Amino acid sequence: MLRFLVRRFLGAVITLLIISAITFMLFYAVPRDPARMACGKICTPETLALIKHNTGMDESVPLQYWHWLTGIFLGRDYPGFGNCDAPCLGYSFINREPVLSTVLDRFPTTFSLALGAAVVFLVFGIGAGMLAAVKQGKPLDKIASGASLVASSMQIYFVGTLAMFLFVYQWHIMSQPSYTPFSENPGAWFGGLLLPWLVLALIFTANYTRMTRSQLVETLNEDFVRTARAKGLSRRTVFFRFAWRGAMGPIVTIFGIDLGVLLGGAMITEKTFSIQGLGMLAVKSVTTNDLPMLLGVMVLTASFVVVANIVVDACYALIDPRIRLA
Amino acid sequence: MSNTEPLLDVTGLTKHFPVKGGFPIRRTVGAVQAVDGLDFQVAQGESLGLVGESGCGKSTTGRLITRLLEPTGGTISYQGKDITHASRKQLAPIRSEIQMIFQDPYASLNPRQTVGKIISGPMEINDIDPAGGREKRVRELLEIVGLNPEHFNRFPHEFSGGQRQRIGVARALALEPKLIVADEPVSALDVSIQAQVVNLLQKVQEELGIAFVFIAHDLAIVRHFSQRVAVMYLGKIVEIADRDDLYGNPRHPYTRALLSAVPEATVDDTPRERIRLTGDVPSPINPPSGCRFRTRCWKATEKCATEAPPLVQVEGNKPGHLTACHYPETGNSAPADRLDKTPRAAA
Amino acid sequence: MTSTDQQPFLSIKDLKVHFSTEDGVVKAVDGLSFDLVRGKTLGIVGESGSGKSVTNLTILGLHNPDSTTVEGSIVLDGDELNGAPEKTLEKLRGNKMSMIFQDALASLSPYHTVGRQIGETYRKHTGCSKKEARDRAIEMLRRVGIPQPDVRVDDYPHQFSGGMRQRAMIAMALVCDPELLIADEPTTALDVTVQAQIMDLLKDLQQEFGTAIIFITHDLGVIADIADDVLVMYGGRCVERGTKEEVLRDPQHPYTLGLLSSMPALDGPVDVPLSPIPGSPPSLLNPPSGCRFHPRCAFAEKVADGLCSTERPPLEVVDGRGSACHLTPEQRRELFADFAGSRQH
Repeated sequence: MLRFLVRRFLGAVITLLIISAITFMLFYAVPRDPARMACGKICTPETLALIKHNTGMDESVPLQYWHWLTGIFLGRDYPGFGNCDAPCLGYSFINREPVLSTVLDRFPTTFSLALGAAVVFLVFGIGAGMLAAVKQGKPLDKIASGASLVASSMQIYFVGTLAMFLFVYQWHIMSQPSYTPFSENPGAWFGGLLLPWLVLALIFTANYTRMTRSQLVETLNEDFVRTARAKGLSRRTVFFRFAWRGAMGPIVTIFGIDLGVLLGGAMITEKTFSIQGLGMLAVKSVTTNDLPMLLGVMVLTASFVVVANIVVDACYALIDPRIRLA
Repeated sequence: MSNTEPLLDVTGLTKHFPVKGGFPIRRTVGAVQAVDGLDFQVAQGESLGLVGESGCGKSTTGRLITRLLEPTGGTISYQGKDITHASRKQLAPIRSEIQMIFQDPYASLNPRQTVGKIISGPMEINDIDPAGGREKRVRELLEIVGLNPEHFNRFPHEFSGGQRQRIGVARALALEPKLIVADEPVSALDVSIQAQVVNLLQKVQEELGIAFVFIAHDLAIVRHFSQRVAVMYLGKIVEIADRDDLYGNPRHPYTRALLSAVPEATVDDTPRERIRLTGDVPSPINPPSGCRFRTRCWKATEKCATEAPPLVQVEGNKPGHLTACHYPETGNSAPADRLDKTPRAAA
Repeated sequence: MTSTDQQPFLSIKDLKVHFSTEDGVVKAVDGLSFDLVRGKTLGIVGESGSGKSVTNLTILGLHNPDSTTVEGSIVLDGDELNGAPEKTLEKLRGNKMSMIFQDALASLSPYHTVGRQIGETYRKHTGCSKKEARDRAIEMLRRVGIPQPDVRVDDYPHQFSGGMRQRAMIAMALVCDPELLIADEPTTALDVTVQAQIMDLLKDLQQEFGTAIIFITHDLGVIADIADDVLVMYGGRCVERGTKEEVLRDPQHPYTLGLLSSMPALDGPVDVPLSPIPGSPPSLLNPPSGCRFHPRCAFAEKVADGLCSTERPPLEVVDGRGSACHLTPEQRRELFADFAGSRQH
């Protein structure tokens, strides 16, 4: 297990290096000058040159990347802008603050949104999938399968806007989506995020219903399930002890990756409900050419996915003893 | 075999599959010795049977001969030409002469292609236009394998298992091969159908003079189909002989044990010889030293553990009957106390 | 079947198992009757689609109740099983009757240790503690010849070899000393030397426990080794039954005869072609009329009035011996004579 973790951790670091390098290159491929943006409306060539020098943008791209990398461990200082202490994920010249502090500021929002939605779609998705699998071919199965097909073809901005119109403005049964830190007011935290959770979870729920159903139907047809019944175990025991165990592996795998992606920010959901999470931050940094910020968010998002992958693989080995970690 | 050149000449054929492991960088730490130093020949128009239990390397051997796998060592000569490491381009003219028939008639035919397309596939790939066109040839082939020539437009799922295997045979015959490697061609079929396919293969072999390497685990069917038979155990040939010698006078203890374990559909009053091997076939990753069969052999001694017995014509064998054993079996005397012998050698 | 002094332990009468599928009704078993006494082995022979496996899943009540209709009676030790409540069947399964399957790797749960899977059956039926169940599992593993059972009990099935997995499967089936063991092609996936080991094991265990065994196979060689009585199935029906000696030495149905003569023998002639049965096994969705074997039968035209294609031949059983064929005994003696000759090599 330790060997596995060390090996995978090394792999993850390499993956992140490659992702950050590619982001770096791509950004410089765009014919826009970040220094010019930071310079402001009245910009003399002298100021521009100074800004370029102070921000390190007058260096070659590989060198800039190198400085960005070393900055993570050593911290950096940007004359005329400010300090960026280690670990320095970069400095946003537009916001005039270190990337990390902005990101950390936004993270609880995204975290709350992702976690709440995950709880909703896991409970409802897996529950509905199980029901459909047990009642295979019966009306309940057909309803669940049909509903999930409809739901998964929905778009968040459409459902979100519609739900907001109905639940918030029309019927007044839900409060305006917003983020209040849990530590400040748990009630407001819950109330403000309820609608985004439900809407974000809708499409995931549909996918998890279908996946759970198909996985369960597949395992229920396995020979070892038949053997378990031939031993005299009841349908219920066989379902939970054998069939569910077999179906769990693939579900955990997909869930890990989904959660990793969600933690990097649910752009469309955040946009639809005007919630200031990492997704909105990424969108904004693209539109403002804020490379350091974009890079920070990208690396963070990528880390979530990479870490989720490692955790998923470790979990899979716990679920299925045939998988050996190496 | 006369003194003419053999069609296929295999010497020292070896295939090791690497085993990955190690830390922190994965590397090759061992090898599955699937096939380890095989020597055998196949004459024109002859059928050589390869028998053995799962994991003995018989299927790997088939795939090496047809060059679906790259050998790790040894040489394969086809009509005197070394094809061991021949490139795709060099192999092209030979590919049409060596064909393969697979075990699973359900998995080895593309379900989206018509039978005509499947059978003419090899002709297309090799750019061969037979006289009268490909369709005519397909009809001929369907006729040869006992299917209705008018069915060339049908899809595999419209045929039964036995018929599908006939389609597989027709495809193998499309390029008029000189050698067919048949890997368990009947073991997936119902008992009543197996005989149909065996008869078809036999007819093909006799009428078209095609040589066969016939890989199977059913000893009775191999005996029926092959003039010569090689018995494999853990990647090595332990005995090879004409079928009458091998089945009538098995000299290797493993051959003898294998034959005695075959259940026969007869109820004789005289009980047959019964040798029951204990234990399982060891792992090919770390096979026993010396003779690989020694861990399950009732005759094994220290010598067997240290010295690998060569595959030779041991005393009392007819020419062409080779056995790899330090203590070959003698005659037909089967001592009653052979029942449930346990190996003497230290494992 | 042949002994009259013993009450049958399992008695099947006119069993019919039909599935409804999208394409129509599959008559998997169509009027099957047989008896089995304690301590005996009944071999059921048949090819794919003969209904042999379905019959036995039905005895255990493991068919899908939504799509399957089961008619007839299945009496085990005086109790009717057809239509019995699920709870009753659960108490019997793994306890009084158990089953082993062909593919031991697929039939054992990959997620649980071998010991747990064996112990689980024991706990379910005895209500004992986990510790006792584990001890019992070790004992059973020892009994089926697994070396170091106290260590291997904690292994997962994939860590066992093919032969050991089948042994573990047998240990699991026998953990509650069942009186009926149904073995569905238990050796088909195994190599011959391992097959021989497993069959010896089953014979030994049967002698020890007096278990009645139903042994399902397509291999007449295996039947010759293990069975006392034989039932030959074709197209969901029994076409012939009798003792192993009767059926293998003196087959009375053209299908049995065909099976026997299509198999090459280890010491048979090699220069003559085999004598296959023409055609393929029937589809049970749309089975042939009359005798289901008639389209493949070499002797169908010997019967007057095309009776074979119109009328189902009755299975008349006297003293456990019978066959379902329209040929008269005299015709069979004459027509099957070649066979008797060819088997005496």
